[in-house]
Amino acid sequence: MTQTQINKLIYVVRAVLSWAVALFLFFPLGWLVLTAFKTELQAISVPPLLFFKPTMENFIIVEARSDYLLYAQNSLVTSVASTVLGLALAFPAAYSMAFFRTKRTKDILMWMLSTKMMPAVGALVPVYVMAQTSGLLDTTTGLIIVFTLSNLPIMVWMLYSNFKEIPGEILEASRMDGASLWQEFRLVLLPLTMGGLASTGLLCLVLSWNEAFWSLNLSAAKAGTLAALIASYSSPEGLFWAKLSAASFMAVAPIVVFGWFSQKQLVQGLTFGAVK
Amino acid sequence: MKRLLPRVLMAPAVLTLFLWMIVPLLMTIYFSVIRYNLMQPDQSGFVGLENFEYFVTDPSFSTAVINTLLLLGWVIVITVVVGIAIALLTDEPFPGRNIVRILLISPFFIMPTVNALLWKHMMMNPIYGVLAQVWAFFGAAPVDWLTDFPLFSIIVIVSWQWLPFATLIFVTALQSMNREQLEASRMDGANYLQQLRYLYIPHLGRSVAVVVMIEMIFLLSVFAEIYTTTGGGPGDASTNVAFLIFKQALLGFDAGVASAGALFAVVLANVAAVFLIRMVGKNLDK
Repeated sequence: MTQTQINKLIYVVRAVLSWAVALFLFFPLGWLVLTAFKTELQAISVPPLLFFKPTMENFIIVEARSDYLLYAQNSLVTSVASTVLGLALAFPAAYSMAFFRTKRTKDILMWMLSTKMMPAVGALVPVYVMAQTSGLLDTTTGLIIVFTLSNLPIMVWMLYSNFKEIPGEILEASRMDGASLWQEFRLVLLPLTMGGLASTGLLCLVLSWNEAFWSLNLSAAKAGTLAALIASYSSPEGLFWAKLSAASFMAVAPIVVFGWFSQKQLVQGLTFGAVK
Repeated sequence: MKRLLPRVLMAPAVLTLFLWMIVPLLMTIYFSVIRYNLMQPDQSGFVGLENFEYFVTDPSFSTAVINTLLLLGWVIVITVVVGIAIALLTDEPFPGRNIVRILLISPFFIMPTVNALLWKHMMMNPIYGVLAQVWAFFGAAPVDWLTDFPLFSIIVIVSWQWLPFATLIFVTALQSMNREQLEASRMDGANYLQQLRYLYIPHLGRSVAVVVMIEMIFLLSVFAEIYTTTGGGPGDASTNVAFLIFKQALLGFDAGVASAGALFAVVLANVAAVFLIRMVGKNLDK
């Protein structure tokens, strides 16, 4: 074989292998989607059915049984609100850390991250007691506060590593020209860090949407999010796979589709300055 | 003004986080030294270190610590190694690369509860699960994954969820490789292995640090995946520290012992944090 032929072969093998790996890793998810459109009998047929007449029945039953829309609304409200609130808290903090660096900046940052390393379950009893006494148990407000706080360290850190890339002189210059702090934020910093802000917000949305621990323990019928709803489907053993799949499909579809469209943007900030 | 402003800007985030940390921590410390069983509200009072003793001498304790570390370690190794492999594989253009990327990243957006239920029922069920049927197709006896290999199953499930994240970071890192340098090395007769050893791997160092750091933060407290699949069992085979505390608090109704366990988890988290700062922090500073 000549060199060109070898290169061509490598090219083909690479492409085929890439597709195989991607399909293999996507398979469980694809299977979930397929199962959502099967009848319960088809869902557990041996051997598994790849081709069948799709049915919408499961979705109708799930909606009738558990008020999907209420849970979806709770998920949407809590994740959007906690993202906005988190950005509002993290933006000034990251600005201050990145442009007025002191000896202690790094310690503060590491301390913030370390609060995130403690398993949430460690704070469960106190947080539950606090939520109960303040009447925030099973309210979206309670979940928004908890989501915001548990995402805050990551948000500050992401924004900080993003801001660090910006030369301080630019901000200095705008201040020389008499820009107020607000103008500095809005006219100089915001346009320069739009990408970082977007990816921080996106990640926070995904994390809040998928958050399962606090929503399982702090919310029930009124403020329950989709993650909690799905967990409630875990009890019936076996034979409700099609309905379970339909419910799961409805719970993940919004965020997965959202993720597909925003993945390029999301990745930029996720690298935490590790990639130049 | 110049000294005040940065502090004022930092204050809201720092203060709220501080409260979020210190209030539960103080309450936890208080609960951990009193008798506080939700089923026996009439019994109360100071008990000293009894709760700690109870938690640490619980036979499940050492298993839980080991399981936590095994889960953390294996998932990090699997996602980093496989992630780099996939990133290298898909580094050069081929037809449909964008679709492949989308397929690869999708599991990252799935919530842990769905992920866990999906694997528990549709993949790992010993009768109807896809894996069982694949095994049967090859004439092997189907495996009851969650009963016979509970921790391994959890590792697989969690790895599947975190692999896209690692892959994505490595893919992005590779995009900033110096192509001319690669070309030059090829001209000089370097083979792929040499390129891997001297160009690709060093370039990926910082992104490995980032992946390890982020995964560590999230994986020390894996909970939903265990809660929805094995429930920590059979026995304690798949119980990690987070789940053990949960068992004490909600299943044993013993808030005192659970609080002692929580304090232990705080210590564990801080040990991990120090270790992390040593290892990764430096790497990120460059």
